[in-house]
Amino acid sequence: MSRKPLSEGSAWSFELIEAYDREIGRIAEAHGLDTYPNQIEIIRSDQMMDAYASIGMPLGYNHWSFGKQFVEVEKSYQSGAMGLAYEIVINSNPCISYLMEENSMTMQALVIAHACYGHNSFFKGNYLFRTWTDASAIIDYLLFARNYISSCEERYGVAEVEKVLDSCHALMNYGVDRYKRPYPISAEEEKRRQAERAEYVQRNLNDLWRTLPKAQSVDTSDEVTFPAEPQENLLYFIEKHAPLLEPWQREIVRIVRKIAQYFYPQRQTQVMNEGWASFWHYTLINRLYDEGLVTDGFMMEFLSSHTSVLFQPGFDHPVYNGINPYALGFAIYSDLKRMCDAPTDEDREWFPDIAGANWLEVLPAAMRDFKDESFIQQFMSPRVMREFRLFGILDDDEDSEIEVRAIHDHGGYRRVRELLASQYNLGDQTPNIQVVKVDVKGDRSLTLGHTQHQRRPLGASTEDVLKHLHRLWGFPVVLESTWQDEVVSTHRCPAETATGQDAA
Amino acid sequence: MSYIVDRRLNAKNKSTVNRQRFLERYRKHIRKAVSDAVDSRSITDMDRGEEVSIPADDVSQPIFNHGQGGSRSIVHPGNREFVQGDRIARPSGGGGAGGGEGEASNSGEGEDDFVFQLSQEEFLEFLFDDLALPNLTKRALKGNASFKYEHAGFTTDGVPAKLSVLRSLKAAKARRIALSGESRRLLKAARAELERATAEGDEVGARRLMLEIEQLEKRLNRVPFLDTNDLRYNLHVKRPVPTSQAVMFCLMDVSGSMDQQIKDMAKRFYLLLYMFLKRHYERTDIVFIRHHTVAKEVDEQEFFYSRETGGTVVSSALRLMKEVIDARYSPNEWNIYGAQASDGDNWNDDSPICRKLLEDDLLPLVQYFAYVEITKRNHQALWREYQQVARRFPETFAQRQIMEVSDIFPVFHELFQKREAA
Repeated sequence: MSRKPLSEGSAWSFELIEAYDREIGRIAEAHGLDTYPNQIEIIRSDQMMDAYASIGMPLGYNHWSFGKQFVEVEKSYQSGAMGLAYEIVINSNPCISYLMEENSMTMQALVIAHACYGHNSFFKGNYLFRTWTDASAIIDYLLFARNYISSCEERYGVAEVEKVLDSCHALMNYGVDRYKRPYPISAEEEKRRQAERAEYVQRNLNDLWRTLPKAQSVDTSDEVTFPAEPQENLLYFIEKHAPLLEPWQREIVRIVRKIAQYFYPQRQTQVMNEGWASFWHYTLINRLYDEGLVTDGFMMEFLSSHTSVLFQPGFDHPVYNGINPYALGFAIYSDLKRMCDAPTDEDREWFPDIAGANWLEVLPAAMRDFKDESFIQQFMSPRVMREFRLFGILDDDEDSEIEVRAIHDHGGYRRVRELLASQYNLGDQTPNIQVVKVDVKGDRSLTLGHTQHQRRPLGASTEDVLKHLHRLWGFPVVLESTWQDEVVSTHRCPAETATGQDAA
Repeated sequence: MSYIVDRRLNAKNKSTVNRQRFLERYRKHIRKAVSDAVDSRSITDMDRGEEVSIPADDVSQPIFNHGQGGSRSIVHPGNREFVQGDRIARPSGGGGAGGGEGEASNSGEGEDDFVFQLSQEEFLEFLFDDLALPNLTKRALKGNASFKYEHAGFTTDGVPAKLSVLRSLKAAKARRIALSGESRRLLKAARAELERATAEGDEVGARRLMLEIEQLEKRLNRVPFLDTNDLRYNLHVKRPVPTSQAVMFCLMDVSGSMDQQIKDMAKRFYLLLYMFLKRHYERTDIVFIRHHTVAKEVDEQEFFYSRETGGTVVSSALRLMKEVIDARYSPNEWNIYGAQASDGDNWNDDSPICRKLLEDDLLPLVQYFAYVEITKRNHQALWREYQQVARRFPETFAQRQIMEVSDIFPVFHELFQKREAA
């Protein structure tokens, strides 16, 4: 307590931000946090809204949907229905963090600890980010994408480009390889090879679609199935095999696909990422306080926003909107540290490897090699389940009532944990839809297979998505929904000619 | 080490393009909202933004997702009384079951419309979309009476007030470098020599060099810091600008037959015209002329709210308009617009005079003259006389009938619809 606090008041200045950053960075390094260099950018609230609208991309191509997003954010911000986030951080190298000028000094320090050291080290350390994204290339790639799309707009017209983008956005969630490691994005490379690729793809296509002037006597028995195996990456399939697309349209499909791939790890690590960042802002700022570098007033403000960010309302609370990823992640990481420092008998039974170990080794390992699903499955302790008072229910539409399947008690811990983990499995969240067949020799129709998960049907916008898919594919598109190997429903686009009258 | 960048001075409105595209895409919805707003708004607040709502279905971006039904397992926090095996009645109001999983935000929003705020500028943009002022180009080229100064580079002479400090100092520096180059090179060499000489103990040589250095420094000092040749002045040239000012004449009958409701309708019409003109001209004046049997120039308040009784002589107003133009608004400098509103009553003898006044005196001077008749009754003599005017001057004269408030905007729209260039 001998040292002088870095600041007394709530106003921030560039010198102070620099000073806090230096101190926080020093403590982070002492705790072994490995980060990209930081680039801290101070912005106004309207710039923050811009950043929101472009889903956090520092430079995006132009599309009406970003305008819609902006209009929405602007309205709820101006009407006071929503506060803006204190920060946005971008997975790039250097790691860019946006700080709002309205923040007080305390908030700026919190945000620096949270984003510039918490998220930043997560981006650099987590295996999903390491394999799926290339932090040093993303900014260049986005710039390439933006320029490419605007040059397409000049050449082919805004409306044409917009159509392709609309269709691609509808399929964006199906533009990722879930299992295969993608090639890293590189703007240089993209530019250099783009023309080459366009030509190559077009040539291969012609090969696939070559219609030999053979008679109609094709024996059905030697019919080739194409694709040989079901394809999960719909946009990739379109890019490579759609018969009628122009080269520039293929390139746009590719751009959307690449961007979807870039964001894929973020969708899979929400709890971990936010939990990790929250754990570290809490740890780092507390350390500042212990060293006497911040005042009591600073600490009060810090704790008050810390607790409101980590607030977890119960399921019957009026503002309840699912489990707060910040709260859950923070609780799990904090509990891991507790198990290392002060293990109980329960911990020794459940986590024999962790109880009593060095937390500075346990926590980074729990950040590096997991995604939300496996992280929860692996590390959520009975104590966390008790604190959250978690319970799992089964909501079956064939049952008139909802059944409570497990609660936070001795018989239920494993079940609750399993259920919660599967809730974070992206494969279960989005319907499982794959390309199963292309009628190469017939009407060139594309057949998609949807395998139902627990009898859950497809949502109402399915038909509209098929229209977009049809636009890209150029020939009829069929979607067959199956449950236990039986087709339960079929969607078509365009609707069949027999019932063509009522086709909307 | 972290870089800290201040981005607050960066350009505003990074999202403008995207916003414009969004508006463009939903043009149809917004147009409807705007024209509804014109009908329903009170007269005084035409000049602000508008809330537009678009059915959520039309702006949604479809994705493959799960629909209702099937069986789902969900984990919720905050258990109080449940134990394993409990059976709970399904909450009413659909299968929301407490908000849904994690961040499934699109499931909770339901069927609400997508509502957003149109700025004032955008509102007017949509309001006057595809409308144009007739005969705008013709007159804009004509009136070259006014001038403005534009920056046109730099000159070597001028008045002290126009001195460009930056340019002058630049020129001075260039001159100093050019004039002193040789001396500085020699000076440098001499200094190096001196250093060598002192080091070697060559006192005679050192003294000679010191003298030389002194000479050179004197020569350098003689190059003036600033010379008259260096001075640069901003140059401004006088450019003629097309007249960009308009005057709008509002003519209204205030005789007993015009009740407040009719005047309100007229006012809306004038207001639309005024906002429309304001968008096209840097300066827009309004002249209010009201009349019964005699015409009088009045202010806005009196124009719309004072009541008079008596008969109607329309020609008095036209005559006054001519007088005002002659006195204050020369057609060379002003774009003149006339808008007349009346319920159609006039002394029958007066209507042919009105026609003559318009044809001979007014229409040659004005850009456009619009007559709106606000009545539900049959037309009278004035309308029929004006019909003849319209036939002779289809370019500059138009008349329309307004029966209800909801007619105003369509009529306005019709009058100022963009036309093919004749």
